[in-house]
Amino acid sequence: MFDSLSTKLNGALSSLRSRGKLSTSDIEKTCADIKAALLESDVALSVADSFIELVREKSLAALPTLQSGTNQAQAIFEIVNAELIEILGGSARRIRFTKNPPTVIMLAGLQGAGKTTLAGKLAKFYLDQGNTPLLVASDLQRPNAVTQLQVVGESVGVPVFAPEPGNGVGDPVKVAEAALTFAKSKLYNMVIVDTAGRLGVDQELMQQAINIRNAVNPDEILFVVDAMIGQDAVRTAKAFQDGVGFDGVVLTKLDGDARGGAALSIAKLTGQPIMFSSNGEKLTDFDIFYPERMASRILGMGDVATLAEQAKKALDSESSAKMEEKFARGDDFTLEDFLEQLEAMSKMGSMSKLLGMLPGAGAMKKQIENFDESEIVRTKSIVQSMTPLERQDPKVLNGSRRARIALGAGRKVQDVNSLVDKFSAAQKMMRQMRKGGGMPPAMAQSMGVPAGMGAGPISSKKVQAPVKKKSKSGNPAKRAAEERG
Amino acid sequence: MGIFSKFVAKLKGESTADPLDWKVLEEELLAADLGPKLTAEILKSAQGLKGADALSSLTQILNSHLSIKPRALSDANSIGVILVVGVNGTGKTTSVAKLANLLHSSGNSVMLAAADTFRAAAVDQLQTWGQRIGVPVISGKDEAEPAAVAFDAAVAANESQVNYLIIDTAGRLHNKSDLMAELGKIRRVVEKTLPVCEVLLVIDATTGQNGIAQAKIFTEAVDVTGLILTKLDGSARGGVALAIESALDIPIKFVGTGEGENDFAPFDPESYLTGLVRD
Ligand SMILES: Nc1nc2c(ncn2[C@@H]2O[C@H](COP(=O)(O)OP(=O)(O)OP(=O)(O)O)[C@@H](O)[C@H]2O)c(=O)[nH]1
Ligand SMILES: [Mg+2]
Repeated sequence: MFDSLSTKLNGALSSLRSRGKLSTSDIEKTCADIKAALLESDVALSVADSFIELVREKSLAALPTLQSGTNQAQAIFEIVNAELIEILGGSARRIRFTKNPPTVIMLAGLQGAGKTTLAGKLAKFYLDQGNTPLLVASDLQRPNAVTQLQVVGESVGVPVFAPEPGNGVGDPVKVAEAALTFAKSKLYNMVIVDTAGRLGVDQELMQQAINIRNAVNPDEILFVVDAMIGQDAVRTAKAFQDGVGFDGVVLTKLDGDARGGAALSIAKLTGQPIMFSSNGEKLTDFDIFYPERMASRILGMGDVATLAEQAKKALDSESSAKMEEKFARGDDFTLEDFLEQLEAMSKMGSMSKLLGMLPGAGAMKKQIENFDESEIVRTKSIVQSMTPLERQDPKVLNGSRRARIALGAGRKVQDVNSLVDKFSAAQKMMRQMRKGGGMPPAMAQSMGVPAGMGAGPISSKKVQAPVKKKSKSGNPAKRAAEERG
Repeated sequence: MGIFSKFVAKLKGESTADPLDWKVLEEELLAADLGPKLTAEILKSAQGLKGADALSSLTQILNSHLSIKPRALSDANSIGVILVVGVNGTGKTTSVAKLANLLHSSGNSVMLAAADTFRAAAVDQLQTWGQRIGVPVISGKDEAEPAAVAFDAAVAANESQVNYLIIDTAGRLHNKSDLMAELGKIRRVVEKTLPVCEVLLVIDATTGQNGIAQAKIFTEAVDVTGLILTKLDGSARGGVALAIESALDIPIKFVGTGEGENDFAPFDPESYLTGLVRD
């Protein structure tokens, strides 16, 4: 999300950069450009106005204290960045666990915001951290919302408390109440209450949400909001805040291309932190919300931190250590390694999502969207049809071996040929890379990455704020890309 | 006094005590999700207005941004096949049921197809609706291909010669090219048996400027013929639909105003346009 905002901000700021020395009128013009970008991104007018006011003030104040043009542009860039982080929530907050379990989390939001799916993601997220969550079906309104939660619960392996069939039958307040008693008796340490979607203007249903709240006294009420929401975010967020109230915000459908400016408005106007982001249809497509990352994404600096973290998660420590060792030792990059990398990549989740996090990705939007995920699957199936010897030494691949592999993988011989060619090129690049230089374009392309993707920030390179590198990836290609970026 | 009437009074020169700032109109149009571009266009034409026929002039300005394409369902010579598409959670399934109810209660035979085989319990959801409004629902086995379900439904609709077949599809974000391709496939497969006469894109009234990208890309994939604008019963005014009409010439055909099967009506331009600038 925020793609277009980042494109526009990049535009506004790069015209500043190219000018060198700045004047106050440059700052005025940039402020106007940034404001237009914010409005285009669904930021509420009042929030956009106050944002611009702050940027202008701080920019003007900083102007005389700076020496050269580049530094001045960078200063403004950093001011915009800092203000964005400020509005997005300053620092992320985690769920507060109660001292007397269960910790009760209640979800609230408009119809269609994605609460039920989110309930499942949240349950999985905390289950994986060793908690014992219980899901509670208190949406008795929407047809088959209860069934949906049951299916979701089953697929993440979390029990669902659903004594009522829903579809208009049953009292959601009583269900929530009974769930709490049940959770206490069975020693669940976390209760996640899914509720029906409701409009901010629907007094009756808002009262019902208040009744649910009063019945279970939640430790956290999370307001779930679709990242695609427009200006109504302000009215709706206020209505929920004044109605049932909430302690944190969850943004959903962040895998879309909505600019998500509403997130800025909600955080600014309600003062509540955005805590989680939901970014895909898989139940693992979920993460803590990082304001800094989002801000750098807005500014087109790419989300390298998230990428590194996902890479780390995906490559289990053992295999990544092995890979690193190998790389350090100067061993050759084999098809075996290639396969391992592909597997890690598919473990890391959707490729296009991943690519979207890379610096400069905004400029490559079209290519990224057209990226063919199934390419990886196809490549994988070919490598998997090879014997260990063949993977170790592709030179043995004669015609009959290639035919056998094609048959096994259900592909054409040409596909096998082209993979072997790509791999040889990649291997050659890897050898060169060892001598320094980063992820060469051909390597990136051989893995289906559009040309230039490995090349780091495109326009913001010089003035980019330093990106914290927590750890270096064990994946040589990734690591090289990180080191370079 | 609502902003609309304040504005009209201002243009007529009647309102001196309560002068209207252009800024206020701009704020209102932006707050309605018309977007900065359309807002600027409308302001520009409005500022050129003068005289006693201000109300009709203003209505004309807004009207001029509406599509002139017909808003009724296109006349199908045989069976009207309607494909309902959109991003996740906009109200597709509910709208399928509401539209079926509208057609059914005006004397048509209707069949539904549950081609959302992806989201948990989506098929059950449509079946529940089918029972409620008394129309048959064609569904596939678990994990069936959506295109296969749509194909079977087209064959069944053809055999039983119903007046309308309405196909519910899974919510999908328009930036996922594989899922958009799947939608194209559903359409092609249906058209082996019956032509698709309407592709209705469901837009949630709370949607911001992203709605334009949605409309654009869904149209590229399956040639959208109309919009269903849902959730107009909330505080959102659904101005992005006007931006879509203006930019892409796709008419709003129906509006959804609640969760019940009767909370649905053919689009009425006048109430929509005045609703955009209500206070
Ligand atoms: N208030 C209101 N709610 C609506 C309207 N239309 C649909 N809804 C609600 O919005 C929610 C989502 O509706 P669905 O019909 O399931 O949406 P969908 O697009 O089929 O969702 P997915 O299939 O999950 O993508 C439900 O709670 C509906 O009751 C409307 O016009 N007004
Ligand atoms: Mg649906």
